[in-house]
Amino acid sequence: MLDQLLSEYFPILVFLGIAIGLCVVMILGSMIVARQKPDPEKLSAYECGFEAFDDARTRFDVRFYLVTLLFIIFDLEVAFLFPWAVSLGNIGLFGFWSMVIFLVILTIGFAYEWKKGALEWE
Amino acid sequence: MIQTLVFYMFAIITIACGFMVITARNPVHSVLFLILAFFNAAGLFLLQGAEFISMILVIVYVGAVAVLFLFVVMMLDVNLNEMRRGFVKYLPIGLAVGAVLLVELFTIFTAWVVEPAVISVNAATATPAASEVHNTEALGNLIYTHYVYLFMGSGMVLLLAMVGAIVLTLRSRDGVKKQRIMDQIARPASEEVELVKVSSGGGI
Repeated sequence: MLDQLLSEYFPILVFLGIAIGLCVVMILGSMIVARQKPDPEKLSAYECGFEAFDDARTRFDVRFYLVTLLFIIFDLEVAFLFPWAVSLGNIGLFGFWSMVIFLVILTIGFAYEWKKGALEWE
Repeated sequence: MIQTLVFYMFAIITIACGFMVITARNPVHSVLFLILAFFNAAGLFLLQGAEFISMILVIVYVGAVAVLFLFVVMMLDVNLNEMRRGFVKYLPIGLAVGAVLLVELFTIFTAWVVEPAVISVNAATATPAASEVHNTEALGNLIYTHYVYLFMGSGMVLLLAMVGAIVLTLRSRDGVKKQRIMDQIARPASEEVELVKVSSGGGI
């Protein structure tokens, strides 16, 4: 069974091999075939551009963080839905209603964040 | 044969990535190596036959947690030179703490014995043979019925996380003009429009 399971994933392994091989070929090919003449001018800001004032990594708004956190929570909720959907035939009404209660709990949170305005930007 | 080769490939890349996570100079590079480590861990889970866990690892860890880490790294605004200043000074302490943790882990995992009675009590939760039940289905058969309290508890934890995230990070700004659509729609015409009879020749 395990071998059968893994053989189903064999095409993905082939794709992975092709992807890695293609990356290596492209990087090595450009290193070998192309003419290498490094020059600091080639890396400098071009004509009307100007030098960067400071690092591109500046602090940014905490609201991005909030959006990600809320995304993770609903991501996990969806992760719980997959095995439930697969084995819904075996677990009967009890399993069905336990998931409904779980969804209601999270919907309370969803209503809270909607009401609080966490989903609005400004 | 292929399985063993793939296992060693994933394992080596995972360990190399873990090493790079703690040694990379740029924290953003660390997070990217962490993502690669997650991918390889997912591959290792898949080789063990834990299909569902491996897919969840990709969806949740790579898709969400790694992005969160990236945001944290961006927000912390770490000054690397400041952080590296005391590296050599604190190295012995760090090594000592690491050694103690390693010894503790070894003692736990060598002295770990599961009570036989516990196994017989939890016979309903014993792992079914992989040839009978599919991985995801085996999980689904147990989570929502046998482990319903833990399942509800996880729902509560998620709710708490949601409320906590909002309480901690949501702040309303003053002086921001918001459009309140409900107020706009609910506004009666009688409050806003006035009909005035203007006599001819006269003004208002």
